[in-house]
Amino acid sequence: MRAKNQRLTLVLLALAAVGVAALLALSALKDQAAFFYAPSDVQREGLPLGRAVRLGGMVEAGSVKRAADGVTVHFVVTDGRATTPVTFAGIVPDLFRERSGVVAEGQFQSTGAFVATNLLAKHDEKYMPPELAGKMHETTTLAR
Amino acid sequence: MTTAKICRNNLRIVPTLHAFANPARFLTIARPLTPMLVWAGIALIAIGCWAGLTQTPPDYLQGETVRILYIHVPAAWLGMGGWSGIALSSIALLIWRHPLATIAARAIAVPGAVFAGICLVTGSIWGRPTWGTWWQWDGRLTSMLLLFFVYVAYIALARADNDRGGDGRVPALFGLAGTILLPIIRYSVVWWNTLHQGPSIGLTKSTIAGSILWPLPIMLAGFSFLFAGIVLMRMRTMLATAKAEARLRRMARI
Repeated sequence: MRAKNQRLTLVLLALAAVGVAALLALSALKDQAAFFYAPSDVQREGLPLGRAVRLGGMVEAGSVKRAADGVTVHFVVTDGRATTPVTFAGIVPDLFRERSGVVAEGQFQSTGAFVATNLLAKHDEKYMPPELAGKMHETTTLAR
Repeated sequence: MTTAKICRNNLRIVPTLHAFANPARFLTIARPLTPMLVWAGIALIAIGCWAGLTQTPPDYLQGETVRILYIHVPAAWLGMGGWSGIALSSIALLIWRHPLATIAARAIAVPGAVFAGICLVTGSIWGRPTWGTWWQWDGRLTSMLLLFFVYVAYIALARADNDRGGDGRVPALFGLAGTILLPIIRYSVVWWNTLHQGPSIGLTKSTIAGSILWPLPIMLAGFSFLFAGIVLMRMRTMLATAKAEARLRRMARI
């Protein structure tokens, strides 16, 4: 019986160690594992200039402006604390819209603006039928 | 401790602890249970597919693509649940030397890997129209891919251990260590910036509207029953193979 108790203790200790390791990994990798910079991260840590990064946040309401050439889009990304103006030339994803999540891949300019080479739409955790979403979302996005 | 005491202790302990570890007793339960689980699983999945494809409304933003969640979510839960099963079996083997534990863990590994794979593939198919990309190295996607690789490594390790006549302790330690991925997968979307959205379904509430959500529990139950049925099938096969090999060895000796 003593050996069995010893093994039980060892396994419980091992499980606790695994749990602590997971916690450490989750908190230590927080910066490295971040998929994108939020506008307030940039404000706090300075501009990551000269390399390709991702910028993520919500597209600010009323900020999307299409340029006369038909392919260039200007919009503002916000995370509630800071904002970054973004320019993108190309086809935007179907789910790209105001007040919705977006991840832009590209580079920061020294002016603080962001020039995107690719746009990804970020979906949130809310799922609902069109009639619940109200008049604002009456169009079916994928039917365009 | 005297020898007599050890014998008395063993006599007392063996019938209680090993009551369910006895392969013969396990088989008398597993034999009728296997077809019941498999057919219940298939029936529930059929109902869930019909409901999910015809009875629910499309999502306001994703449109019809939302329906992939009825396969993606159960596959993800079972991919992670399968590894929890391997971890529990590993603990049972390491502490109590449970004879069926190694077989159970090896039986879970292959369907677990398959479901983790289904989760990755369906997620990728959903990601293309929703996010605009098949694959991105974000925290959730990468940790789930790691779990799939860890499954594959476990399958190889357990097979090698079994072929060399090992007692399953080395794969059990690996099974225990691999559980580190489960909290990382679960909390990656909460603690890190990820492309993948946060958890929609909590213990008490869900951010998925009821009219879209209701076929999901049916699919989840169906997938779980099917998973359990496959595991029992594989355990019975492994026991039968071991029995046949033992018989062949005995015959070769005579």
